[in-house]
Amino acid sequence: MFYNLSRKVLLTVFALLVIVPSSIVVLGTFKQDFEIYTKPLALPKHWSFSNFTRLIHEGNVLTPFKNSVIVTSFSVFLTLAIASMCAFAISRMITVTGRVLFFLFALGLAIPGQVNIIPIYLLFVKLHLTNSLYGLILVNIAVTLPISIFILTTFFRDLPREMVEASSIDGAGMWRTYRSIALPLSKPAMGATGIFLFVICWNDLLYPLMLITQSDKKTLPLTLIDFRGEYATSYSMLFTAIMVASIPMVLMYLFMQKSFVAGLTAGAVKG
Amino acid sequence: MAAPAVLIYGFLYLYPAVSNLLYSTQRWDGVTKAQFVGLHNFKYLIANDITFHKIVGNNIRFSFIVVILQTFFSLMFAIFLVKNTKSNIFLRTVFFFPTILSSVSVGLIWSFLYNPNFGFINATLKSVGLNSLAINWLNDSRYSLYSIAIAQIWFHTGQMVVIYLAGLQQIPQELYESAEVDGASRWHQFKYVTWPMALPTTAVVVAYTTIQTFRAFDLVYSMTQGGPMNSSDLIVTNIYNMAFGAYKFGYASAESIILIIFVLAITWIQRRTLRVKNGDR
Repeated sequence: MFYNLSRKVLLTVFALLVIVPSSIVVLGTFKQDFEIYTKPLALPKHWSFSNFTRLIHEGNVLTPFKNSVIVTSFSVFLTLAIASMCAFAISRMITVTGRVLFFLFALGLAIPGQVNIIPIYLLFVKLHLTNSLYGLILVNIAVTLPISIFILTTFFRDLPREMVEASSIDGAGMWRTYRSIALPLSKPAMGATGIFLFVICWNDLLYPLMLITQSDKKTLPLTLIDFRGEYATSYSMLFTAIMVASIPMVLMYLFMQKSFVAGLTAGAVKG
Repeated sequence: MAAPAVLIYGFLYLYPAVSNLLYSTQRWDGVTKAQFVGLHNFKYLIANDITFHKIVGNNIRFSFIVVILQTFFSLMFAIFLVKNTKSNIFLRTVFFFPTILSSVSVGLIWSFLYNPNFGFINATLKSVGLNSLAINWLNDSRYSLYSIAIAQIWFHTGQMVVIYLAGLQQIPQELYESAEVDGASRWHQFKYVTWPMALPTTAVVVAYTTIQTFRAFDLVYSMTQGGPMNSSDLIVTNIYNMAFGAYKFGYASAESIILIIFVLAITWIQRRTLRVKNGDR
């Protein structure tokens, strides 16, 4: 009795803690500022998209949006390609090399990527890779390689040996086996890892913050930070910007909830 | 086949990690010639830099609060939501939702909620007559760190609930059935079945959350930038400010080496305690 009551109360409270702020933001995108301050949870008096049009015209969010799409999609695609090749090779190596490689990448898991910001910044200045989307893509790949290789290696190791061996008896080399056996079998694992990477790259703030200063190269999180200063008193604009930045994630979450949850938890458990 | 990964990783992860060690022994503003100062940066950080001590203290407090509360809440909610009923599945979706937002968005949303003048929290508190609780959440050095901790917990609890759910659903149902036959109360079922069986998952959750709190940057940067008076400054935000605000690259590198040692030590201690508790392995 007491348990059931407190269970219901606590669940409701936390659900409200999520739903109320989210509703304030979503409703706020259609409102004027004073409406947000006075009646944050009421439905907007007039549903209007004027915040969106204003944000697109004067806030210039389309370029950052495009930059975020480019950086994220290339980072995720290239990381998956490079990591899966390496993970497959490691999982097939019975020699010491495989273990050494695995250890090296596991080392990367223990050292948080954040501690490398200074040497990476100085290196990128030397290589003229600051203010460059290529630079961001390279950093993203480097930072997410250890975790991706870790997840994918454990997956490839669990693949039924017979399938791989059968293909090598048929005369297929490593490449053939990787392409025609391992890759098709690993679709769920690659999907989950891909979503995990997508979330990291799409939301990353630290590296763009130190590598990008030109406004035409900025990504969405960076633009949101700028807006905080620009629209310090205009939460309707801030909420609209948050909405624009979050829509791709929310859509992905709604349509691919299973792989989303799998990806984000695999990343956590393995990391 | 492993070549591209090894090249990129070596050049952009391991090489920077090693050169970080080199930078940490220098005094360098990024422009003029770097000056070798040996272990001076470390000595100064450990012996003299009161601000750094405060920040490490902040980070340890932040870590403790978030790890304890987030683990407690996520285990509790996972127990509440363990059965696959329709309402539970819906609630899991709701709880997980903040995880998919970007940390900057979360920072901005909570900045609005915390706003002392027209923010949602204080407006609500005032409307029910609790004016004394309507504090200046982010701009008062007594509260700023805790306010950020609350946002952090809100942000990541749902993800930990899902990890716990995976662990709880592997506990054999018979254990609960036989406990019930023996007349065990809910508390005893938790104490003698759920808690010990979920211990490996707790280990994962605690380890992950700890690392997360020592890497924390985005929320602080988007909510307070470490202020007021470093009251919400954490190690990574300070490394960033030291390097890109004060242009003390060598000094900031030394800070990041100390952070690595911290993280490795904590990971090692946690692994050890876990091994003892788990008995095997």
